[in-house]
Amino acid sequence: MISIFYKEIHSFLSSLIGYVVIAVFLVSVGIFMWIFSDTSVLDYRFATLDQLFSIGPLVFLFLIPAITMRSFAEEKNKGTIEFLFTKPLKITDILLGKYLANVALVLFSLLPTLVYYYSVYQLGAPKGNLDTGAIVGSYIGLFFLGAGFVALGMFASVLTDNQIIAFISGAFMCFFFHWAFTYLSRLPVFAAKYDLFVQKLGINYHYTSISKGVIDSRDILYFLSLIFIFLWLTYLQLEKKK
Amino acid sequence: MSIVVNGITKIFGTQTAVNNVSFSAKPGEIVGFLGPNGAGKSTTMKMLCCYLEPSSGTAEVEGFDILKNPLEVRKNIGYLPEQNPLYDDMYVREYLGFVAGLHKIKNPEKRIDEVIHTTGLEKEQHKIIGTLSKGYKQRVGLAQAIIHDPKVLILDEPTSGLDMNQLVGIRQLIREMGKEKTVIFSSHIMQEIQALCHRVLIINDGVLIADDSIADLQARVSGQTKVVVVFADDKFSKDPFLNVPGVISALKEGSRLTILGKDAIDIKPGVFKAAVDAGLTIVEMKSELMNMESIFRQLTQNQEI
Repeated sequence: MISIFYKEIHSFLSSLIGYVVIAVFLVSVGIFMWIFSDTSVLDYRFATLDQLFSIGPLVFLFLIPAITMRSFAEEKNKGTIEFLFTKPLKITDILLGKYLANVALVLFSLLPTLVYYYSVYQLGAPKGNLDTGAIVGSYIGLFFLGAGFVALGMFASVLTDNQIIAFISGAFMCFFFHWAFTYLSRLPVFAAKYDLFVQKLGINYHYTSISKGVIDSRDILYFLSLIFIFLWLTYLQLEKKK
Repeated sequence: MSIVVNGITKIFGTQTAVNNVSFSAKPGEIVGFLGPNGAGKSTTMKMLCCYLEPSSGTAEVEGFDILKNPLEVRKNIGYLPEQNPLYDDMYVREYLGFVAGLHKIKNPEKRIDEVIHTTGLEKEQHKIIGTLSKGYKQRVGLAQAIIHDPKVLILDEPTSGLDMNQLVGIRQLIREMGKEKTVIFSSHIMQEIQALCHRVLIINDGVLIADDSIADLQARVSGQTKVVVVFADDKFSKDPFLNVPGVISALKEGSRLTILGKDAIDIKPGVFKAAVDAGLTIVEMKSELMNMESIFRQLTQNQEI
């Protein structure tokens, strides 16, 4: 598992993928936070990082499927999957090695935004006048959201040997799980009786809940289950290939 | 016995790729796997490496069952797949380091130096795999297959696409490996099988049709010889030649007549006499011993030679 993890990290860093992902994430979140006057923290008059946490999922929606589309689609297309499956590796070694490497890349792209926290902290009047509790919660929420997207994207990648299909279906699945349930819950069929339940199936509900700074075990459990279920489906798909 | 295959069958949908194949191989033996394209050679090899699961039947590698103990089987096998899949964006040394890590090899740098030396990759070791020529990629594939010093080597067409010098090098390497390991390799080149292998397995349409030593296989058709006669023109009939004592069959292709007989010395004068009697002019006449190529064609196609 560790060998696979290192190999994946190394391939992110030796190709441009890793740097492009981190740069695109930081630039797109950065311009919304500091430059565009509609959303800029400087014009907002409140010391918050709300922009980061509302734009973040949107950027991840495109970036994460782009990271994960390689995971299995490329291996299948090039035939290197045969190489991996004839080495003394368990399917879980391959799966978790790749999963953790992808999650690590998401983490690397989140870490530099701590600079934003420091900046807003310094700019506050009085200094340090911001809701640190909610920000810690939001970071945890955004990290889990990213980890969930990675699991969805990897599942999309295992279904095909075409990277473009893996990207598009991965992005759709992330979109669906993040937002679609919120909108679905407003359909008249679910009204009054099931609307809350449907809403709770989506990522958005739990993400918003954690963002308030209240780390509820049910929300964490939701993310862990989502990750587990999709990794498990990916596992079944890999096993079926035989 | 380091490989025991017991009636394995692989069915893809409605097509039976491998049909009830059984054989065994022991250390120090180089086994050639021969068969036309799509005969089931690669499928059999993939099942031995636990990449595909057999539909029925089983096999053991170094005493480990391929279904019950796939990880142990893979530890003992060095496998070079037919397409030789490699990570094109990695450096040769880096890639071998990755493979060494997968096998948890102790002191990997020393072992990497050794395999780089054995496969003659010294000059290429700091290059990116994607930039190497086919022959060198093949060597990298071979290097990753032998890096953990496996007891069994399974090589799927290791010499395809190599130039003459590289061919000689890789054959030498296979011969070297075959001294203490069990080597199974498939090839289309008959001379190669003849030169390298102790034993040949011939597979056709998923069925094992021959499992013999080279000498025994030749003995099967020994005594048979081929006489090729070229006449001045193509206006003749093959019938008078079929009446020559010792002739088994004759095939007319333009002005060429290929005659299969029981013994060369016996039929040549008879063929010559028959030609003179028919008033034909012989331009050329030569006899050939049956080689592996003709044996292979005869066994897999049942065609007249």
